[in-house]
Amino acid sequence: MANLTAPRMITSMLGKISPRRGAEGLFVTIGLAIILTFIFMAILAPILAPYDPNETRVGGLYESPNPKFPMGTDRLGRDILSRIIWGSRTVLIVTFLSMVLSSACGVILGLISGYVGGKFDTILSLFMDSLYAFPGLILAIALAVMLGQGIIPVTVSLTVVYVPIYFRMIRGEVLSIKESLFVEAAKAIGAKGKTLIFKYIFPNVIPSIPIVLSLNAADAVLTLAALSFLGLGLPAHIPDWGFDLRMGYGALTAKIWWPGTFPGLMIVLLTLGFSLFGEGLAEILNPKLSRR
Amino acid sequence: MPLLKVIDLKKYFPVQQSFLERLLSRKLDYVKAVDGISFEAEKGEVFSIAGESGCGKTTTGRLIVRLIDPTEGKIFFNGADITCLSGEELRKLRKRMQIIFQNPYASLNPRMKIGENVGHPLEIHGIAYGREKEKLVMEMLEKVGLQPASKFYNAYPHELSGGQRQRVAVARAMILKPDFIVADEPISMIDVSLRARILELMIQLKEELNLTYLFITHDLAVAKYISDKIAIMYLGKIVEMGEKEVIFSDPKHPYTNALLSAVPVPDPNVKRKRVMLKGEVPSPINPPTGCRFHTRCPLATDICRREEPKLVEIDDNHFVACHMIK
Amino acid sequence: MRVYYYTRDGVVMAVDNVDLSMKQGETIGLVGESGSGKSTLGQAILRLVPPPGRIIGGKIIFDGLNLMKLSEEEMRRIRGKRISMVFQDPMTSLNPLMRIGDHIVETIMAHDNLTRKEAEEKAMKILEQVGIRSERFMDYPHQFSGGMRQRVGIALALALNPDLVIADEPTSSLDVIVQFQILDLMKKLKDLYGMGMILITHDISIVPGIADKVALMYAGQLVEFADVKSFFNEPLHPYGKALLESIPNIQYSDQKLKYIPGNPPDLINPPKGCRFSPRCPYATERCREEEPPTIMVGRRRLVKCFQY
Repeated sequence: MANLTAPRMITSMLGKISPRRGAEGLFVTIGLAIILTFIFMAILAPILAPYDPNETRVGGLYESPNPKFPMGTDRLGRDILSRIIWGSRTVLIVTFLSMVLSSACGVILGLISGYVGGKFDTILSLFMDSLYAFPGLILAIALAVMLGQGIIPVTVSLTVVYVPIYFRMIRGEVLSIKESLFVEAAKAIGAKGKTLIFKYIFPNVIPSIPIVLSLNAADAVLTLAALSFLGLGLPAHIPDWGFDLRMGYGALTAKIWWPGTFPGLMIVLLTLGFSLFGEGLAEILNPKLSRR
Repeated sequence: MPLLKVIDLKKYFPVQQSFLERLLSRKLDYVKAVDGISFEAEKGEVFSIAGESGCGKTTTGRLIVRLIDPTEGKIFFNGADITCLSGEELRKLRKRMQIIFQNPYASLNPRMKIGENVGHPLEIHGIAYGREKEKLVMEMLEKVGLQPASKFYNAYPHELSGGQRQRVAVARAMILKPDFIVADEPISMIDVSLRARILELMIQLKEELNLTYLFITHDLAVAKYISDKIAIMYLGKIVEMGEKEVIFSDPKHPYTNALLSAVPVPDPNVKRKRVMLKGEVPSPINPPTGCRFHTRCPLATDICRREEPKLVEIDDNHFVACHMIK
Repeated sequence: MRVYYYTRDGVVMAVDNVDLSMKQGETIGLVGESGSGKSTLGQAILRLVPPPGRIIGGKIIFDGLNLMKLSEEEMRRIRGKRISMVFQDPMTSLNPLMRIGDHIVETIMAHDNLTRKEAEEKAMKILEQVGIRSERFMDYPHQFSGGMRQRVGIALALALNPDLVIADEPTSSLDVIVQFQILDLMKKLKDLYGMGMILITHDISIVPGIADKVALMYAGQLVEFADVKSFFNEPLHPYGKALLESIPNIQYSDQKLKYIPGNPPDLINPPKGCRFSPRCPYATERCREEEPPTIMVGRRRLVKCFQY
């Protein structure tokens, strides 16, 4: 999965540093801790954030980190910490929504396509493969340009990017499970098509979903940030790490590091959290794969 | 009336060709897995099909329970033609005809508890649900020796050994109280020390439920132990068929002879006359002309290369397909 | 000899305290069910136990040499040259992109100081001995049937004229008639080359036809070691007895099979005392508490049971 190489590289590097045995448990715990911290932050944003993230001039312009503004202020004098906290809400909503939508579509289509086979499967696979062949970011950019700014357009374009990943994975699994002996055995006891899909095939593909879900989420965080960085993501009044990173980036030449560094750090942290969780889960759920 | 009657059954599988091959030749090659076999099995007997891998015995079993469709031929079950059944009628047939597969590690749904695996046929056919289903499953589990049944009911397949899993597969096949069971090498993937247990269980259930078995095996010692009648297959054809006693004491076909003499005997005191065949089974894609066995047969003559021998009754209920045996 | 497998579920004691000895030119049938440790023992002799397995202790004395003490390089020179192996599926040990003849030539040249020409001649001769015609010298492994591949496997094992061949289930994936051919071939070649052989198998029926001795393993332990005649005439260990009574014999017409109750034990938590005791009809309180010693019965017969 070309889209997942970046998060995978991070975790495989970590895997080499930490001892092999028991590493997966640690991965999952750390990943989960990071994700939960962000979720906590997002939910409690109104309480945690000391200032309104959009209010300008709560402090001076470009105030460096100090007790009053732990992460400093940006070029409009907004509190960066508050923007980060509110931004986590934006990122998580978009990521979760697009993951739920894309996995639902991808899994259902993959199940049907793999089970039914024939012309339907050929055409759908061809379509999905052509979507998949696009680099994820470019596809997202194209869609975002077409759909315009806002939470829903961005969610939709991310969804479209990730549907083929689920589709391909599920379809592949269905194709192999369909041929397995226990499905043949189920036919021999007289099971109908519907029973075969829902009682025999679907339960056996479930275990691989959360892994891809988590790894895709990691990737989606990056893609969303990239969209916003390019100014294609969300309107200016929604606090968003990618956009802030872009704004802070401009100030770097003037040796003002805080407006860019903190949003960037958050993007890396959340991506890391999702990838650690996904990789760890993969190791635990598919021990045969990793034991080899 | 025999319970099962098979007439001239054939199954050809098209050979997978690459794109280039398809472009270059119009002709499709076929694997003639089963090529015109006929036999009958009476109610209550154990009919074995024995042969080496690639002889078509497993395909025959799958054809009979209608998991795959025959290319040609007819299958009669209890007097009714079941060759072309489909949909609801085929589902009804499943109640009376079941199959036990060779590989107990792959034949159970890994995500279903043992109890659900065994009880699912009851639900599918609307026979019993909930408590009643559970009761019937428990009884069946006890019957196949998975005790305490309540412990096994809630276990998952991966928690069981191969022998135990095969007993679960037996339970699942038996729970619909069928008349006829195809057992496709049911013990060949099980630990040696547990094989006898499964064989005994199958014999005991056969008596209890008045079953008929089509027992498919490559192991002639097992075939001898369990069957009443045996058919020996070679490259998609039956070469010899008859009562067990006759086949083992007076085998006629040179292939049967070679097969029997190749079976190892766990006894160093026995000195046997042994017939060793040269070479291996030819490919079923382009089987030899005439008698398919002629390429390896010690008795082969010209006629064997030219003409295919018919399966003829040389003695009461003893059929042989060989030009040299009259 | 002890070999343990370190898995995440615990330590599997695959081979636990096995003592075995064989003479030059002898054939031992090492028999056991899956998980009895027979293959692990075979691998351990060549120090080829795959991870997470580890040889924990013990000695392998081969021709006066303790193999456990050799360096990896010295061991490499022993493997193939003096002790070689035949696998269940030789396809896994053959390089699919290399011609059959080259496999054997390479093996010969890796150990012997011969020119390519000489090695090729030798390879031809060996292939002929295992029944492969010289025109197939240039074929690739996938062009060979199962039986022919096993012949190549045997040719590879014999290429360097070893003193000992370890054959791990050499006929288990073959049909009866081919199995018969291969066993016959192995017997002939053994007489021709005069090497010793350890035949590892789960199928006790093939042992009398080829082996001089039987070593019966159960749950990682050697439970009986005897010459073939005395074992098959009168197995001493209850497991051996039960095993022979549980396999159908084509010689008998009204055989009554007796089955062994229970299941093979879990090797992470083997039963206390004798490992066969939960399934043994003769088991006493003592068998369930104490591990029986290995006792010498008669002149060269070993059995691990309290009855003797």
